[in-house]
Amino acid sequence: MPSSPLIHLDAGQVRAARRLARQAGEPVVRLATTQTTVSVERATLRLAGLRGADHEGQPWVNHLVDAVRAQVGLQDGVTTPVFDALRRRAAPDLITLAQASASDSVTFTMPEGKAAQAAQRAARAAVAVGIRTIDRQRATRERLIRRHGDPAQTPWIYLIVATGDIDEDIPQAQAAARAGADVIAVIRSTGQSLLDYVPEGATHEGFAGTYATQENFRLMRAALDETSREVGRYIRLTNYASGLCMPEIAALAGLERLDMMLNDSMYGILFRDINPIRTFVDQRFSRQIHARAGIIINTGEDNYLTTADAVEAAHTVTVSQLLNEYFAKEAGLADWQLGLGHAFEINPAIPDSFRLELAHALLARTLFPDAPLKWMPPTKHMTGDVFRGYLLDGFFNLAGTLTGQGILLVGMMTEAVVTPFLSDRDLALQNVRYVLDAAGGLREDFHPPRNGVIQTRARAVLAEAVELLERITTDQGRAGAERGRADAAYPPLLAAIADGTFGLMKRPPDRGKGLDGVVLKADGYDNPATTLLETGATR
Amino acid sequence: MTNRKHLREQPRAAAAQIVRPYGDTTGDGMIQVSFTLPLPCDKLAEGAALQLARKMGMDPALVVHAKAIGPDFTFFVVYGSSNHLVDLDAVHVQEREFALLSPKEVNLQIKRGLRRRLVVVGACIGTDAHTVGIDAILNIKGFAGEKGLEYYAEMGVVNLGAQVLVPDLVAKARAAKADAVLVSQVVTQKDVHIHNVSQMTAAFREAYPAGKVPLLVVGGPRFEEGSEQRLGVDRIFGRGTTPSEVASYLVHALVPDSHTTTRRKAS
Repeated sequence: MPSSPLIHLDAGQVRAARRLARQAGEPVVRLATTQTTVSVERATLRLAGLRGADHEGQPWVNHLVDAVRAQVGLQDGVTTPVFDALRRRAAPDLITLAQASASDSVTFTMPEGKAAQAAQRAARAAVAVGIRTIDRQRATRERLIRRHGDPAQTPWIYLIVATGDIDEDIPQAQAAARAGADVIAVIRSTGQSLLDYVPEGATHEGFAGTYATQENFRLMRAALDETSREVGRYIRLTNYASGLCMPEIAALAGLERLDMMLNDSMYGILFRDINPIRTFVDQRFSRQIHARAGIIINTGEDNYLTTADAVEAAHTVTVSQLLNEYFAKEAGLADWQLGLGHAFEINPAIPDSFRLELAHALLARTLFPDAPLKWMPPTKHMTGDVFRGYLLDGFFNLAGTLTGQGILLVGMMTEAVVTPFLSDRDLALQNVRYVLDAAGGLREDFHPPRNGVIQTRARAVLAEAVELLERITTDQGRAGAERGRADAAYPPLLAAIADGTFGLMKRPPDRGKGLDGVVLKADGYDNPATTLLETGATR
Repeated sequence: MTNRKHLREQPRAAAAQIVRPYGDTTGDGMIQVSFTLPLPCDKLAEGAALQLARKMGMDPALVVHAKAIGPDFTFFVVYGSSNHLVDLDAVHVQEREFALLSPKEVNLQIKRGLRRRLVVVGACIGTDAHTVGIDAILNIKGFAGEKGLEYYAEMGVVNLGAQVLVPDLVAKARAAKADAVLVSQVVTQKDVHIHNVSQMTAAFREAYPAGKVPLLVVGGPRFEEGSEQRLGVDRIFGRGTTPSEVASYLVHALVPDSHTTTRRKAS
C-alpha cells in the first residue's frame, strides 16, 4: 500500500468530509438501532443452528419467525419466545419446533421474570455456537492464508462466474483461478435480492447467475480450498449480502467462510427500491457479522456511474464512499475490510478522459489510504466494438495499477455483448497480466504535479463532495422541517434519499419493498447475536 | 446500420449489386475470425481450425494465431479470403419504423405533444418470475449503458414486477390511466409466453372500450419478429432491446405530432 500520497488534499477538508459523513450517518444508526426486521431475526435463528426448508422450499426460519410474529410479535426479538417454548418442552429442538409452528400446533407466549431470563440464557448459548463457528472459520482462513499465501501482486485479480448451475460454476471457477484469478465472485440469480427468503440446497436453475444458498457456498468454498492448495495461493470467494435477506446471507457467508461480500449502504434502496429503514437495519447487522467473520466488504459506488455521468456525478461516488466508511466502521469493520467501490466509466470520447479517471482514482486512494479499494471496469462505454473495448480495458488496468487499487474486477471486451466466452476471459487475463508486468512499478515514477490537471481535479471533486454532504446534513433537515413534511421526522440523510439526491431516485422512508418486515423494538428486546457481536463475547 | 445506409447511397451500377469483404484491395474477400476449439493445442487442433475455416468458405485460410487455454482448449485467429458473394438484391432488412431519440428529446416531445406525463405500466405476467427484461427497460439502472424509463422525467412508470395476474394487470393499468402496457416474458416452455400474451390482450380488449386500449408492448427473447398481429399486440421487442428504443417507440406511437410523423396504427 502507498508510502506517501501521490496527491495532496487539504487536511481540513478531509476532516470536514469525515465529520459531515458522521453527522449524516449517526441519526440513521440511532434510528436503525431502535428497529429490528424479519431478516435480522431469521439470521439470528440461523446462527442458533436452524437450517433446512419444507418440501416447497420455504425455509424453517421463515416459518418460525412468521409464527412468532403472528402470535406474540417480534418487538421483543424472536429468540425469547422461541427458547421459552423449547424450555416448556413444546418441542425437543429448534427444527421440530419450526415444523410444528408451520402447522400451527405451537403456542408462543412472552415469558416474564425468571422464565424470560432462562429463555434468554438458552438463546444466547445456542446463538453463541454459530458465532464460534464464524470465529473458527476466520481462524481457518488466516491459517490457510499463512499456508498458501496471498496473491503476489496488488491489485488482486477478481473474476466473475455466473452459469446458474453450481455444478458448472465450480469447474469454471477453478479454471479461472488456475488462469490467474485471485478472487472468484459468483453472481446471484436475477431477482434473488427481492426474495424474502434464502433458497435451500445446491441449485442448478439460476437465471443469469446462481442462487446464493448455504450449500452452494459450502460447495464452492471446498472446491476453491482444493484449488488454493494446487495453485499455492489462497483463492478468495465472493458473494452478495444485499437485498431483502442481507443479514441471513451475511450469517451464511460467515458460517461457510466466504471471504468478500458485496454490501453497499444504499444500493438496495436506490436500485432495487427496498425500504430505506429495512436496508439500514439489515445492513448494520450484516456488517457486524462481516466484521466478526473477517470478511472484506465491497461497496457499490460503480452503480452511480452507470446511471449518471461519471464526470458530473464523480462527487456522489466520494460521498457514498464516505458514508459507507462511516456505517462500516460504526458496525465494527476495520480499514482493511473496506473494499470501497469506484469505476472507470468516463466517456472515452471526452478530452483528457484518462487523466480524469486517474484523478478520481487517486482521490479515492488518498482519502482512504488503508482500504483495499475495489476498481470496476468500463461497462457504459463498451459499445460492441470488442477491439476498442479491449483497449479501454487495458487503460482501465493501467489506471488500476498506477493508482494502487486493491481489488481489480477484470473487464471483458464482450461486456454488454454476450456472456463472456472462454477466450474472452483468457484474453482479459492476458491484458491484466501484461499491464501489471509491464507497468506494475510505474507508480514509483508517477508524480502528478501539484497544480496539474489530475491534482486540481481531485481537489475539486472533494470540494463538491463536502458541499453535497453539507447540503444533506443541514439544508435537508431544515427544509424538511420548514415544509412540515412527514419525512422531517426522519434523519436528514433519509430525507435526502427521499428527495432523489442519489442516483436520481426518490426513495421515501415509508415506502419500498420489505417495509412490512420492519418492527419497532420494545424495551425488553433481546437479540443474543447482536450482544455477542457488539461485545465480542464467545459464550 | 450506418454501413448499410452508406451502401444504399452508392450509385446502383449493376456491378455494385455484388459485394465481397474488403481487406486492402477491392474484391479480395479478406475476413478475420476467432474461435475456440475444445482440443489441446497441437498440430491436430490447427488442422481442425483450418478445416472449419474452409467449411465457412475461407479459402485460402491462414491460422495466424493458436494459443492454449488450459490443457483442453485452443484459441485461434484465422485470416482468409471468403469465397461467398453478397447479392444486395437478396438483402432484406426490417427498418425501424421510428426515429431513435435521446432521453432529452423524448421528454421534450412528450411535454410538447402530450402536455402531461406519459404513463407506462410494466409487468412480468403468469408464472414468469424473470423480471430481468422488464427491469432492464424500466429500472433507472437500465441496460447497455442506457437508463431505464424511470429516469425519464416525463414518464410515469409503474413496475408491477413478477408473476402478475392478468386481471390485476388490467386493473392496475386502468387505475394508473396507462398509456402503454409493457409486458416481458422470458420463460417459453410449451409456448407459455404466447398463451400468456394472448390471454392478456383478450383481457384488455374486454375491459376497455374499442379504440381506448392502451398501447400493448411485449418483449422477450423468443417472440417471433412480425407476429404482432397474431398476438394482438402493437409491438414486439426482442433480445438486446434498449430502453431508449422503447421510449422512442412510445413517443412515436402515442405522442401526437411527434417529429416521427406517422401516428399510431390501429392493430
